[in-house]
Amino acid sequence: MVGGSQLENANPLIYRRAGERQVTAQEEDEDAPDRIDDREIFDLIRCINDPEHPLTLEELNVVEEIRVKVSDEESTVSVEFTPTIPHCSMATLIGLSIKVKLLRSLPERFKVDVHITPGTHASEHAVNKQLADKERVAAALENSHLLEVVNQCLSGRSSA
Amino acid sequence: MAEAHSALWGLVEEFVVGEQDSRSAEVAAGVKDGIFTVLQVVEALGSCLANPEPRSRAKGMQLLSRVLLECYSRLTEKEVEVLVLFYENRLKDHHLITPHVLKGLMALSMCDVLPQGLAVSVLKSVFQEVHVQSLMQIDRHTVYMIITNFMKTREEELKSLGADFTYGFIQVMDGEKDPRNLLVAFHIVQDIITKNYALGPFVEELFEVTSCYFPIDFTPPPNDPHGITREHLIVGLRAVLVSTSRFAEFFLPLLIEKMDSDVQSAKLDSLQTLIACCTVYGQKDLKEFLSGLWSSIRREVFQTASEKIEAEGLAALQALSACLSRSILSPDAEDLLDSFLNSILQDCKHHLCEPDMKLVWPSAKLLQAAAGGSSRACWKVTANVLPLLLEQYNQHAQSSHRRTILEMTLGFLKLQSRWLDEEDDNGLGNLKEALCTMVFSAVTDSSTQLHQVAVRTLTVLAMQQGFLSSSDIDLVVDHLTRLILQETDSESCMAAIEASGTLAKVHPSVFISRMLPQLCANLQTEPMDINLNESRVVPERFIRQRCLEALAAVSTHQSILKETVPILLDYIGRVHNGEGETNAENVVSICRSLHRVAVQCQLDSEALQFYHEIVLPSLLSLTVQAATQDSGTSCNVLLRDDVLTAMVPVITAACTHLTPELASKSVSQVVALFLDGDVSLFSENNLPSNFQPFQVNGPTELQNHLVSLLMAFVCSLPRNVEIPHLRRLLQHLLSLSLSGCSPFAYSSASKCFAGLINKCPQGDLLDDILQVTAQRIDVGLVDEPSRTRAITLLVWVTKALVLRYHPLSGQLTNKMIGLLSDKQLGPSVANMFSLLVSDSPDIINKACHADIRIMFRQRFFTENVPKLVQGFNSANRDDKPNYLKALSHVLNALPKQVLMPELPSLLSLLLEALSCPDKVVQLSTLTCLEPLLQEAPETLKVHIDGLISKLVSLTLSPAMAVRITALKCILALTKLPLHMLLPYKQQVIRALAKPLDDKKRLVRKEAVETRCQWFLLGSPGS
Repeated sequence: MVGGSQLENANPLIYRRAGERQVTAQEEDEDAPDRIDDREIFDLIRCINDPEHPLTLEELNVVEEIRVKVSDEESTVSVEFTPTIPHCSMATLIGLSIKVKLLRSLPERFKVDVHITPGTHASEHAVNKQLADKERVAAALENSHLLEVVNQCLSGRSSA
Repeated sequence: MAEAHSALWGLVEEFVVGEQDSRSAEVAAGVKDGIFTVLQVVEALGSCLANPEPRSRAKGMQLLSRVLLECYSRLTEKEVEVLVLFYENRLKDHHLITPHVLKGLMALSMCDVLPQGLAVSVLKSVFQEVHVQSLMQIDRHTVYMIITNFMKTREEELKSLGADFTYGFIQVMDGEKDPRNLLVAFHIVQDIITKNYALGPFVEELFEVTSCYFPIDFTPPPNDPHGITREHLIVGLRAVLVSTSRFAEFFLPLLIEKMDSDVQSAKLDSLQTLIACCTVYGQKDLKEFLSGLWSSIRREVFQTASEKIEAEGLAALQALSACLSRSILSPDAEDLLDSFLNSILQDCKHHLCEPDMKLVWPSAKLLQAAAGGSSRACWKVTANVLPLLLEQYNQHAQSSHRRTILEMTLGFLKLQSRWLDEEDDNGLGNLKEALCTMVFSAVTDSSTQLHQVAVRTLTVLAMQQGFLSSSDIDLVVDHLTRLILQETDSESCMAAIEASGTLAKVHPSVFISRMLPQLCANLQTEPMDINLNESRVVPERFIRQRCLEALAAVSTHQSILKETVPILLDYIGRVHNGEGETNAENVVSICRSLHRVAVQCQLDSEALQFYHEIVLPSLLSLTVQAATQDSGTSCNVLLRDDVLTAMVPVITAACTHLTPELASKSVSQVVALFLDGDVSLFSENNLPSNFQPFQVNGPTELQNHLVSLLMAFVCSLPRNVEIPHLRRLLQHLLSLSLSGCSPFAYSSASKCFAGLINKCPQGDLLDDILQVTAQRIDVGLVDEPSRTRAITLLVWVTKALVLRYHPLSGQLTNKMIGLLSDKQLGPSVANMFSLLVSDSPDIINKACHADIRIMFRQRFFTENVPKLVQGFNSANRDDKPNYLKALSHVLNALPKQVLMPELPSLLSLLLEALSCPDKVVQLSTLTCLEPLLQEAPETLKVHIDGLISKLVSLTLSPAMAVRITALKCILALTKLPLHMLLPYKQQVIRALAKPLDDKKRLVRKEAVETRCQWFLLGSPGS
């Protein structure tokens, strides 16, 4: 953090983290298959770091479990995220981080859709369009500066 | 004489003209042996030292200095005086000669006979004649050593130089760059300051010449032979900078500047150095800089992303607060602590009113750090903050907000209780009512998230003797009881149980009168009564469980223990009599509680004696009764294997810490009971006298099972307790272990036998019994029905002997290794190797006072691993897995440090084990490999190709545990040097796509973590 620089939102609201998912007897059972469910997808993205704060997307309420929808049978995932302020300049970057994390973590059969919670950001459509465009996502990741920031959001204190 | 003389001239000639370097050592040896004197050496050098060619003069000085370095301790005072004058004079000579002159002066500086006054004169000449920083590193080092030597032995003389000495040294070290020299120079400066050399007007110069290195920025070159680290320099410099408060006015602005830097390590170093400064500085030193320091610290804690920096920032604030509290004030001076705390309160207090915003916790932490400085600071901060928090609690209705406020309150109360002396009024008197209202409302709140914090807060309040009134304490205990018996949230209940354990020590009588009766009542109710009690939310089974846990937890005070232990034993007695639920699970829970009680009271000898005298006879009496009764059809619950197994740790815990007197009394009674059916141990007389636990093949077979309790008792006694009738006891145990019917009976007998053998003193008894044992095992191994018994006995006896380095252990281990190729027993023998090397939970462990040599695993490893490897190589295909399994068990038990050096020779075998189809072998090999992978890049280099492909293929194994561990290994690989991994990156990422779709969630979780880490390899920002 640079000495004098000011953050866009220095004192944001903080939300409680969901605890670690409890391991059930069924999950320990060799033979019983576990379907990929909403919580599992949420666990993949909740620990992503915010590009600005030393806080996770979950703590800032940018992602919530109820805004995650997955269908294991149809191989589709849909994630809505909510920027902390309507003019947040980091929205695209956050969306990109979520998208990259899901692409790296889910089986290839899944179709991943990441978009802004309707009505929560000034340039909602532009951002959604960028995130939905495969080629633009791929091109963004060719940019080593962008990739660096995305990787920083994805590494760090994973599940502390 | 003349001969010696010419020899010397010859040597000198050869050194100076002939460039034969080793001649100087011969001359030195000659002086040491008294063949020539130093004076003669000087004479022999005469022409050379006067030579117009500087190179020749240098050569001459070099020889003389080398001689002096060897022989300085033999010089006379007169010689030293002459030599010093000569050397000082030589400093004026050509610069080529200077290095050798300095070496000579260093030799002279070590002379004990150096006349008074010469040290000063040498230093003066050095300061005057030598421009130190234009010398080579090694020669600069020589100058530092001359100074160091004089400071050690001539402190008074040097001090007579006054501030000139300090000034001279400042000039010497100004501009020094070599870390080796800096370490010495820092040390000299530290001595100058701490030994009170005069600094005169040069305080700022001395500060400048050292502080220019702050913060240290140094990375040792790779393969640095000097081993100087950044840490060494940091510590050396820090010692200088914090050595005097006279530096404060110069240093504090620098510290603030460096805290504001962008470099994380500079921030960290600055904060840590500030903490060190606070131990030396006083109010007046800090005064001007407090507001700057505070705003820098505040910024770090509010904004930083690094936990380390946050922690150091808080520690620095606490150090500042402590420092300000410590200083003694003159009557009219302003108390800086007060104004400092005011500014902190002003900047942080208002954030406490926004319990859902980011800055609430950083603010609370800052206030708590400031309060942690002294009792005065704590008093001031809590007096300001607690009323605010109490008010905020009432203003916020949402549970999550209230929880945050309560958690902060807890933090302040904890701090406050730390400063509290027994007698002292804690200064919270006027807040008591409000605090109680808040906590009691939180503990009954409908939201369970408040309960745990409330319970912890109650504990802190109730631990402060005399703060809460007795009726409040009653209420606290009632609330805890309610949470234990009625709360649905299991974590709140656990917190209540834990709090009860803590508070019971302080308020035992309240717990006895208010909590115990309720717990008892709940244990005694029959299931049917509970059904009538309609409003129960917690299932009755859980209530029972919780009561048992709570009974154990509160038994932290002797007076409570005397109530709870009989309650628990009584409950077992009722099960035995068929009253209540005859549920094995319940008895196991009671045993667990009894065990916990024993562990808590082990160090209180009086409580332990009570426990031992009541628990041991009761358990034995109940089980003996059960075993000797004409049982009819059904087996008594108390004789089930799982129940007896649960009783073992209870008895063990009651015996390991016994006093010798009590132990010998008990041991004779217990042994008499088992050997002769003598029931004098029990007070009741209604026991039948047909107890024959060693009798096999009869109606009394169930009695065999009680040998497990005998084992728990005799195997846990201290080694100095003599066991009566040992020979007879061992013989009975030996027979039972080879002929007992049920596995529980014969394995208990084997373990008991082994436990005794491990502690049995060297001598005829041990030799005889071991000889018989070996024979009987051999016989047992031949015959089909007794083979399993024989190997069980074999493995336990081997373990007992391996641990104490008994000479017979090798022979027995070889027998076990031989059995690995046995068609029928091979696989189970292989599994038993894990028993051999791992700690056993019940007997032959440290707690049971077993004879265990510290390095036994290493020794076992070195003696037996080659045999296992050889066995593996020569075994036929079907038996190979047995050897691998035994080997991986042995490797798994070894500390990593021992395994590392052996890894190169074992790695190919381990890789082979990964290809072995047996999943136990795979799993145990993976577990063994995982911690080693990142440690041995060199060894792995050759094998990395095979290793990666084997690990990847195991991620698709049918066994879930194998898949998970294989993924963990692939994750561990990412710690290896990047260049080894990059060629495999794409291959691994592709291969890991499959486990992402694994049917088991736990596997997918590992796959995700591993795959994401591989993505980050060599990628920017990772």
